[in-house]
Amino acid sequence: MRHIISLLMENEAGALSRVAGLFSARGYNIESLTVAPTEDVTLSRMTIVTRGSDAIIEQIKKQLNKLIEVVAVIDLTDGNHLERELMLVKLRAQGEAREELKRMADIFRGRIIDVSDKTYTIELTGTGSKLDSFLNAIDRNLILETVRTGSSGIGRGDRILKL
Amino acid sequence: MELTGAEIAIKCLQEEEVEYVFGYPGGAVLFIYDALFNQDKVKHVLVRHEQAAVHAADGYSRSTDKVGVALVTSGPGVTNAVTGIATAYMDSIPLVVISGQVPTSYIGEDAFQEVDAVGITRPCVKHNFLVKDAKDIASTMKKAFYLAKSGRPGPVLVDIPKDVSNQKVEYSYPSSVNIRSYNPEMHGDVAQIKRAAHLLIEAKRPMIYAGGGVVLADASKQLADLVRLLGMPCTNTLMGLGGYPATDKQFVGMLGMHGTYEANMGMQNCDVLLAVGARFDDRVIGNVAHFGSVPRKIIHIDIDPASISKRVQVDVPIVGDVGNVLGDLLAVLHSSKQKPDADALAAWWKQIDEWRARNSLKYKNSSEIIKPQYVIEKLYEITHGEAFVTSDVGQHQMFAAQYYKFDQPRRWINSGGLGTMGFGLPAAMGVQLAHPGAPVACVTGEGSIQMNIQELSTCKQFRLPIKVISLNNRYLGMVRQWQEFFHGNRYSESYMDALPDFVKLAEAYGHVGIRVDNPSDVEGALREAFARKDELVFMDFRTDPTENVFPMVPGGKGLSEVILAEDL
Repeated sequence: MRHIISLLMENEAGALSRVAGLFSARGYNIESLTVAPTEDVTLSRMTIVTRGSDAIIEQIKKQLNKLIEVVAVIDLTDGNHLERELMLVKLRAQGEAREELKRMADIFRGRIIDVSDKTYTIELTGTGSKLDSFLNAIDRNLILETVRTGSSGIGRGDRILKL
Repeated sequence: MELTGAEIAIKCLQEEEVEYVFGYPGGAVLFIYDALFNQDKVKHVLVRHEQAAVHAADGYSRSTDKVGVALVTSGPGVTNAVTGIATAYMDSIPLVVISGQVPTSYIGEDAFQEVDAVGITRPCVKHNFLVKDAKDIASTMKKAFYLAKSGRPGPVLVDIPKDVSNQKVEYSYPSSVNIRSYNPEMHGDVAQIKRAAHLLIEAKRPMIYAGGGVVLADASKQLADLVRLLGMPCTNTLMGLGGYPATDKQFVGMLGMHGTYEANMGMQNCDVLLAVGARFDDRVIGNVAHFGSVPRKIIHIDIDPASISKRVQVDVPIVGDVGNVLGDLLAVLHSSKQKPDADALAAWWKQIDEWRARNSLKYKNSSEIIKPQYVIEKLYEITHGEAFVTSDVGQHQMFAAQYYKFDQPRRWINSGGLGTMGFGLPAAMGVQLAHPGAPVACVTGEGSIQMNIQELSTCKQFRLPIKVISLNNRYLGMVRQWQEFFHGNRYSESYMDALPDFVKLAEAYGHVGIRVDNPSDVEGALREAFARKDELVFMDFRTDPTENVFPMVPGGKGLSEVILAEDL
């Protein structure tokens, strides 16, 4: 099953490689991983999307907790949560397609953030599947470049991961 | 007080009451060696290869309850140390390894003797540090010792660039350490301990399975009290030997791939299993599915939550220090009105005694050729079971584990997890330094000993009267055994040709060498060797090249799918 694991870790050099190394050394799967400092600059927040049986996910959480620099770990999938991913996509926007792509961007609540006479660059936020749907909705041949951040997640309401 | 980084590093070792540092100098650690030179509190043991430095520190730690310390230079110093670090990591041995690094301004430039020490050791340390400023050395060293020793112990590497070791800063050693992200659970959950007590009392066919965690936590006494109070059978893993007295009648021997029939059958057929400081390793329970095919309740006490339900799902997990949890469990059992079912236990013991009667460790002795088992039995006899015994890896290791009956913890020193050939001799150096005057035997083979034989030189320099017991069968015995059983007798590269004359070799290093070819000379040779209290004696026992280790649970098989010597 797909799980979204969020963790807080010391914002120190090498901390990311400990997490990445753990996943590769133990043969766990990483679908995406995002990391950035939090409002408390001593801490980084990481969101990892992974897949595995309940037993494997349990081991992943335990192994993450065992890393000395990891301060807290939660499995967002255990409760209500929100998940967002940012995608930047550069499209060939010429002729008839130019108008069509603008409409598609509007439908998906994307924003055109860069325009040239041949291209549009669209910024789109949502769940991973929404971003997939956008890409599926447009002509593959028009896609010049895509950049995705991987999912970030946060618990709903009172579910808070903070020190 | 202003000191250089190097002086601070040595001061920290003094603060931690480090007796010995095992190391090897080099460019990046010259300032640290200079600081060592200028003091006499911390003694340095110069090894002949960095791997041996770490193994020696490891042996020192295993035979005491102290943190072992090694010091190596950058680049090849660190890479040579990696095998030692990984060995300690797999067996949860507390070490602090200090490595030199190229100056900070050179890092990343592929400088001479540069290696990413933090990166290369990351998967085999509990934690590691690159110290970029001398003002951080004291706090880092404090953390390193704390991390190494607390919780589930393990090796910690501190990488110090050369310029940092020469940088002068104000020094003070922190009196306490606090790492917000690291708080090992020391006491088990009370409700879980009560559940465990209840299960144990209700058990009809209980088994207590204790591993290296008992030794590391110095909890042998609590374990023995518990086993005796409950009247239940107890088995030890390879790492746990000595954690429960081997000569006690409730001890059913070592379990696992080369465990006794009664221990393995007891594990397989018990209805309640208490696992203490053990991790259901593949060499211990074999095939997980086969093990799981018999229903039983499992209680697992371990300081490391990640060891619980990793390979085998457990019913009552208890995270905490093994000694504390066993103490609490004993208290609950003492206050319980209910007692274990005596009739059920008697029937269970009857069954165990039937398994025991198979005498799975019996072997056919010979008057023609030396049997390795016989050498170990004689070693046990002559040392009254009181020697510190280190071993290398292979058949001789298993024979030592099976036939030397360890009644005390920290006497059996071997590389269980990583299975590192070359461990025995350097580990014995650490043990001998920690216990001057005590008998220290290194049980090895002609294959393993050659992986760190250069340490005979260190033994000479530091006058370490280790007794090297080499069971020389001219084969990589365990490899040969597997080839015989599972590869159609094709002995691919397992024959050790062109062996040196070990007697002359020992003599060349300034030691005593004895070659023993006849079974009738085994005892005399051992007696003579141990009588030479101040000398290292290298005994080259020419043993039966065809001998195999039994019982054997083949890889991937279940514990009851065992091959006994009598089956062949």
